[in-house]
Amino acid sequence: MSRRPYVRPISKTTWFMRNGRYKIYVLRELTSFLVAFYSFYTICALAILASGSVEKWDSFITAQQCTGWAIFHAVALLYFLFFQTFPWFKLAPKAMPVQVGDKKLPDSYIIVGHYVAWIFISVFILWLAGAL
Amino acid sequence: MSTRNLELEVMRYDPEKDEAPYFQKYTVPCPEEWVILDALNYVRDELDTTLAFRWSCHMMVCGSCGMMVNGEPSLTCKTFIRDLPDKVRIEPLENFPIERDLIVVFDDVIQKLHKVQPYIMRKDAPPEDKEFTQTPAQLMKFKQLTMCINCMCCYAACPQYGLDNNFIGPAALALAHRYNLDNRDQGKSERLDILADYDGVWECSFVGACSEVCPKHVDPAAALQQMKVDGAVEYWKQKLGMTGEKK
Repeated sequence: MSRRPYVRPISKTTWFMRNGRYKIYVLRELTSFLVAFYSFYTICALAILASGSVEKWDSFITAQQCTGWAIFHAVALLYFLFFQTFPWFKLAPKAMPVQVGDKKLPDSYIIVGHYVAWIFISVFILWLAGAL
Repeated sequence: MSTRNLELEVMRYDPEKDEAPYFQKYTVPCPEEWVILDALNYVRDELDTTLAFRWSCHMMVCGSCGMMVNGEPSLTCKTFIRDLPDKVRIEPLENFPIERDLIVVFDDVIQKLHKVQPYIMRKDAPPEDKEFTQTPAQLMKFKQLTMCINCMCCYAACPQYGLDNNFIGPAALALAHRYNLDNRDQGKSERLDILADYDGVWECSFVGACSEVCPKHVDPAAALQQMKVDGAVEYWKQKLGMTGEKK
């Protein structure tokens, strides 16, 4: 009797097609492209602002108001919300469990805490920017 | 008692005869209260005595009967026929070499379980004339992690381990975390050298599949994320000279 274990091949490029769980994971990871793009976009905006030219800044802001950019921003926002923000808050209790005495704080408390902090910080930034 | 015919498609592989695994079909008359393991035992007892698979307790304790049931890593002793369609595909756990039929080779993970030093390590001498004390609150910190039965379903679900089996992986890392959280243990910094290495926790990209398939709700994905936080805190403590530990 000889041993001859069989190793099943795994495709390095299409492994995530095996089940829905992996597909959602890959969609989440793809947000990294958006993060990279948004970083680049923010740096460009800051560069225009830092140039000190009111004309350039105004034309940049005007350009943002076209339908194409508006759709892009809306899609990007939804993509971020559904594949980053909501899953991140949902998973937060896993990474930072809180134990009070010999009882664990329910996950929902930690999740709600994150949402409250998120809203509070967003309102503060909007207030700082003079939007409120 | 109602029965229905279940069409089982079972992966077969005989290392002495077959070049590669193939599927064989069996029709099994199953009472609704049966689990997949019962159906496999029926096949072996009544239809085909050559079918090889592991099992022992039939009650979610031994962790021997983990297999892929319709693509999902499952303990076959807790996978009820009534929850499944009429056609069921049974394969050996993914990400492991197949020894024969539904039996896989676990050697790699067994080595990894040893590697993470899963035992209480002390720098001080243990108490001589009395036992270690542990309060319910101290036990609660890691009790969930002690539920692991080494069924290895988490490894079968982990794509990271499938793509690169140098990764220590979910069960072994969760076990290490269990000892890190134990108030009687003083070996955390020693383990950190292994856990925070290239093949340790940072290989985990938090797919979360390990926790979803865990039949004992151990939640290894949570343990790994906590270890990342611990590892980062420890790293900065050492960088800032806030600990006397070696780097």
